[in-house]
Amino acid sequence: MTEAQDTPALLDIRGLKVEFPSRRGVLVAARDVDLSLQAGEILGVVGESGAGKSTIAYAIMGLIEPPGRMAAGEIRLKGERIDGLPREKMRKIRGKRIGMIFQDPLTSLDPLQTVEAQLVETMRTHLPISESEARARAVELLGQVGIPNPAERVKNYPHQFSGGMRQRVVIALAISCEPEVLLADEPTTALDVSIQAQILDLLRKLVRDKGMGMIIITHDMGVIAEVTDRVAVMYRSRMVETGPSEKILTHPDHPYSRSLIAAVPPADHRIERFPLVEYIEKAGDEQAKLDLSTHWLGQARDFGSHEETLLKVEDLTMRFMTRPSLIPSRRRYMTAVDHVSFAIRNGEVFGLVGESGSGKSTVARLICGIHKPLSGRIHFAGEELTAFTSRRAANHLRRQMQMIFQDPYSSLNPRMKVRDIVAEPIRFHKLASSNAQVRRIVSDLLDHVGLGASAALRYPHEFSGGQRQRISIARALATRPRFLICDEPTSALDVSIQAQILNLLKDLQEELGLTMLFISHDLPVIRQMCDRVGVMQHGKLLEVAETESLFTSPRTDYTRHLLKLMPRMKRAA
Amino acid sequence: MSAADKQDAPQSALARFFDSDLWWSFTHSPVVMLAALVTVVIIFSAVFAPWVAPYNPFDLAQLDLMDSLKPPAWLEGGDPRYLLGTDDQGRDIFSTILYGARISLLVGFLSVIVAMLIGVTVGLIAGYAGGLTDTILMRIADIQLTFPAILIALLVDGVMRGLLPGSHENLAIFVLVLAIALSSWVQYARTVRSSTLVERTREYVQAAQVIGLPAPLILVRHILPNVLGPVLVIATIQLALAIIIEATLSFLGVGVPPTSPSLGTLIRIGNDYLFSGEWWITVFPGLGLIILVLAVNLLGDWLRDALNPKLR
Repeated sequence: MTEAQDTPALLDIRGLKVEFPSRRGVLVAARDVDLSLQAGEILGVVGESGAGKSTIAYAIMGLIEPPGRMAAGEIRLKGERIDGLPREKMRKIRGKRIGMIFQDPLTSLDPLQTVEAQLVETMRTHLPISESEARARAVELLGQVGIPNPAERVKNYPHQFSGGMRQRVVIALAISCEPEVLLADEPTTALDVSIQAQILDLLRKLVRDKGMGMIIITHDMGVIAEVTDRVAVMYRSRMVETGPSEKILTHPDHPYSRSLIAAVPPADHRIERFPLVEYIEKAGDEQAKLDLSTHWLGQARDFGSHEETLLKVEDLTMRFMTRPSLIPSRRRYMTAVDHVSFAIRNGEVFGLVGESGSGKSTVARLICGIHKPLSGRIHFAGEELTAFTSRRAANHLRRQMQMIFQDPYSSLNPRMKVRDIVAEPIRFHKLASSNAQVRRIVSDLLDHVGLGASAALRYPHEFSGGQRQRISIARALATRPRFLICDEPTSALDVSIQAQILNLLKDLQEELGLTMLFISHDLPVIRQMCDRVGVMQHGKLLEVAETESLFTSPRTDYTRHLLKLMPRMKRAA
Repeated sequence: MSAADKQDAPQSALARFFDSDLWWSFTHSPVVMLAALVTVVIIFSAVFAPWVAPYNPFDLAQLDLMDSLKPPAWLEGGDPRYLLGTDDQGRDIFSTILYGARISLLVGFLSVIVAMLIGVTVGLIAGYAGGLTDTILMRIADIQLTFPAILIALLVDGVMRGLLPGSHENLAIFVLVLAIALSSWVQYARTVRSSTLVERTREYVQAAQVIGLPAPLILVRHILPNVLGPVLVIATIQLALAIIIEATLSFLGVGVPPTSPSLGTLIRIGNDYLFSGEWWITVFPGLGLIILVLAVNLLGDWLRDALNPKLR
């Protein structure tokens, strides 16, 4: 901390320690945290889940839920101590002098009140202004945060706004009383990239114009690179490094910061593998190369057909009923997939990229039979999947394609032991002759995805997100598939874990000669993983191209737009 | 980071239970422990009534009309042999309560099990199949709700009497069980249906579909274990309710016959003597019923609160 000490910093935190006593001992969520924020400055707090980032924000707001408590340290706002203030006084500071923006714009607004009512109520609580003045200012605020037609939109309810617009409303609320400090906890995590860029622009502009100080809490290095002046890196409840963003992003001192930054997939070139980050979680030992001729995974891999194209999707269309009714004419539909056609060659990794709601996940679910298409054909290994009338008839083909899901917390049955989860497909498809063989295969698979064989007897909740995703992968491999669908396999994971999982998927793909459909909203990840990419928007497939040519010479405007918004980090040479 | 890092060997099921939050909240709530103790004692002494009770009130050889209408032992004119006094036929009240609780608990448990089987099956199918199946099943459930238990009991009772004349006494308990089950399965069906609606969108269910498992297997192996938590809570609370319904029906005379009286029958028999001063014949079975129902209800409430944060 080398800031000039003559005037007190806008916000100053010294030796902060927050702990949560529980019956299993005291959990320290943050310790020895020193931070200071100047007016007009944007400070980023970065770290992985559970590192204690949000705890800092809650401590500043005096919102730590009992039995949690601030055990040590002090927090000063313009030199005046604000921690431990009585509830009434703290309430006057919250909203008035410190504003906060939460991650999920849907839950931070009252669904039963108009935006105007919420803005007016907030302002009149804290500012000495009349009802009509507050109303006028509400319109002005909505204009400032870039909502078109503010005079009309102010009368709307939160659900009438889209996700990005809703977050703008939340920002309007947070700045309505002209706070000196703005706390933003993952303000763009729930939003699409194009909206993320707009929101970050807006926040930066507001901070500059109004001379506020802002702390932005995020796990996303791209966000840090976009907006922050200084960064504090949190690791396991400690602040390991603080410094100017430029320096931390290019020449970090602490080994944790170094490994964190190394794990971010580069957007501008393709790398062979992600450097292994042993600092964060035991990544599993490097696996010895499999010998497919002797290994179980290599058996019965002779699938008969070896044509060039493994999967062909023709004119696929799917719609969801958005308003069910007994009367057909009253039903409403939303077309999720609109005449999509593409083909995946044997052994390649085909990417699908698009923003949320573009229909990419629906395509995956159509291919593996979770949804039925309205029209169109899916050919797999020379047979037409859509022509089978019963599930059972297609089982021999279904076995050859498996899926890895996005959310590692809901993709494993919490009531089953890991051993039974992985063994289920083996038993169901009768791929092993005895129980002993099933058990051997399971422990082998678990070993191969980087979990010890001792994992077999545990339940899923005993594992972290990354470990759970490994279990998911083991389960998908258990049918000895030739085609793997990965639906956003790493978007719920921290970057360092993401790097490990992507490495694992790459290795498996090479060793087993898997063909993959890789779905992601994250362009840098797509660039690292895929041979060819399809870009989707509003259910339509806009273009399909070789990955490198897509990134260097995109053909459609939408792709160019996506590429432009892709957060880029400057890196050390 | 996770618990898996700290503990090397996986725990056994028993060790996990004693380490669980459920067990912890149990051992830290004296009221709940007392309720559990009372429930266990009542269930134990009811099940083993022939050994626990001082007399067999239904063995005519043991009855002596000279002992009839004796007040409780501590009152004037009380007989130390009969702790809670005797009824009009000289039966020991304490013993009849134990034998009566036996019938009440039997009816309670059986009807809860039957209602649970019907309700869980209907709920699973309705929630998983959705669409028309769901609509039809749930409308049936709605219609079911409009019939009170007593009406169903009278209906089932009447039908049974018509179908099987002469054997009513033997069938009385099953008529009761069926009547109570038919009037309470809807609770289970609705809860299970709504949990199933949530569970079936989870990715582990989709993963099972991708593996190729048929729907019945997915329902039983994957969804059922995950919707069972709330069912257990309802079952506990419904047990108390079933006992009360049984007592009500027996009190009104459509329940079990006086030859093998339940708590409700006992209360009805004693009711006739209430105003002639022999209050103990009805008050003690009533107290027994209250204590049993209260204890089971307390357990049910605690179970609901203890499991709730984990119902997700």
